Amino acid sequence: MSTVKIQSNIAISDSGFLFNPATGESYSVNPIGLEIIALIREGKNETEICNIISQKYKSEQVIVERDLHDFVHMLRQYQLLDNNGGQNN
Amino acid sequence: MADRIINIGVTGLNAIDSPGPGVPVIRGLREATSFKARIIGLAYEPLEPGIYIEGLVDKTYLIPYPSAGTDMLLARLEHIQSVEKLDVIIPNFDAELYSFIKLERALKTLGISMFLPTLEQFEERHKFNLDEFGKKYNLDVPESRPVVSHNELVKVAKEMGFPVMVKGKYYDAYAANTPEQARNYFDKISAKWGLPVILQKFVKGTELNMTGLGDGQGNTIAAVGMRKQFITDKGKAWAGITIHDYRLMEITRHFIAATKWRGGFELEIMKSAENTYYLMEINPRIPAWIYLAVGVGQNIPEALVNLALGNEVQPYRDYEAGKLFIRYAYDMIVSRERFEELSVNGELENITENQQI
Repeated sequence: MSTVKIQSNIAISDSGFLFNPATGESYSVNPIGLEIIALIREGKNETEICNIISQKYKSEQVIVERDLHDFVHMLRQYQLLDNNGGQNN
Repeated sequence: MADRIINIGVTGLNAIDSPGPGVPVIRGLREATSFKARIIGLAYEPLEPGIYIEGLVDKTYLIPYPSAGTDMLLARLEHIQSVEKLDVIIPNFDAELYSFIKLERALKTLGISMFLPTLEQFEERHKFNLDEFGKKYNLDVPESRPVVSHNELVKVAKEMGFPVMVKGKYYDAYAANTPEQARNYFDKISAKWGLPVILQKFVKGTELNMTGLGDGQGNTIAAVGMRKQFITDKGKAWAGITIHDYRLMEITRHFIAATKWRGGFELEIMKSAENTYYLMEINPRIPAWIYLAVGVGQNIPEALVNLALGNEVQPYRDYEAGKLFIRYAYDMIVSRERFEELSVNGELENITENQQI
């Protein structure tokens, strides 16, 4: 699966508030979303993130994979990912 | 705070739903660190709210509308100058700028400095000249055409394709989806602002705003980007947030360098879905949201006063993204006597709250 990268200028607070200084847009993510963003920032790819989340929350891998895919799609849609993000490993 | 007292005349005290920039300009001047400001409000109407805000202006004078002509304005300013010894005037309305630019030399001989765009800069950035302006300075602008009649309006609008923006030469802009709507807006705008009315190709995208200050030599003294967060039915920002958009800053620096812009300004830019930055409008004066720039460390009113006085001004280099301004409306209780004094005598000393009747 692919590795994505959050744009370096995005401000992310511990409360899950995201601010894009280039556009002025702000967003809120829930605690799981925040955890996923932290894992993306650590450089984990989608497969690794999926494994970590499904093990930690004892969820079915296929469901986590689908939800993670949707979440990453949303991050991309809101222009929070680097243009180079989404490259296949 | 430096002890030096500078007497500054400021217009645009109409802090209404489509506010003049006077009140936030004065707030910036009150926070200046390089001088202490004594503020003389210059108002067109005795009901301009800035006149009565506690601690804002030291004194207010009524001045004649621009339509009365520059001779009337000069005569009034000569009287005010004989009493107040103004060092600087900051005009804040598009509609009065022409008069003040024309009077710049005469006011200088009275001892009053200003820091305004040149007449050429003022004229060439008009909405109805935007096409030419874009070509001359290599800036992307949406197709704009001035129109003076219903027939011409409908013809040009059909050529551009609906929706089109119908704009007044100074203020007001509406998106028209049909010829009928376009005609209605044409009538409404031409009755208020005169002709021509400007038709502009509709650009779908995100509106970004930039305020700044050029030193007249091509250098950027200040520049702060903002995105509107809450917009009134008149399209005015009621809340906004500072942004760092690299391309927006690049366009602003290019605009100042290419035009050698002198004075404050606001650029209205539409970022299209294809990431093209269209320059929609150049307002040749400080915008009403200027206090946001002051709030992030770029005191443009203070820098403008120093430039007007010929003082050396260091350019501001940076500002914080993510700071918001949120405007509010506030009811003041004002005694009839104060309103009466300004209406009858044309001038009014400000008083503190506990002195109010």
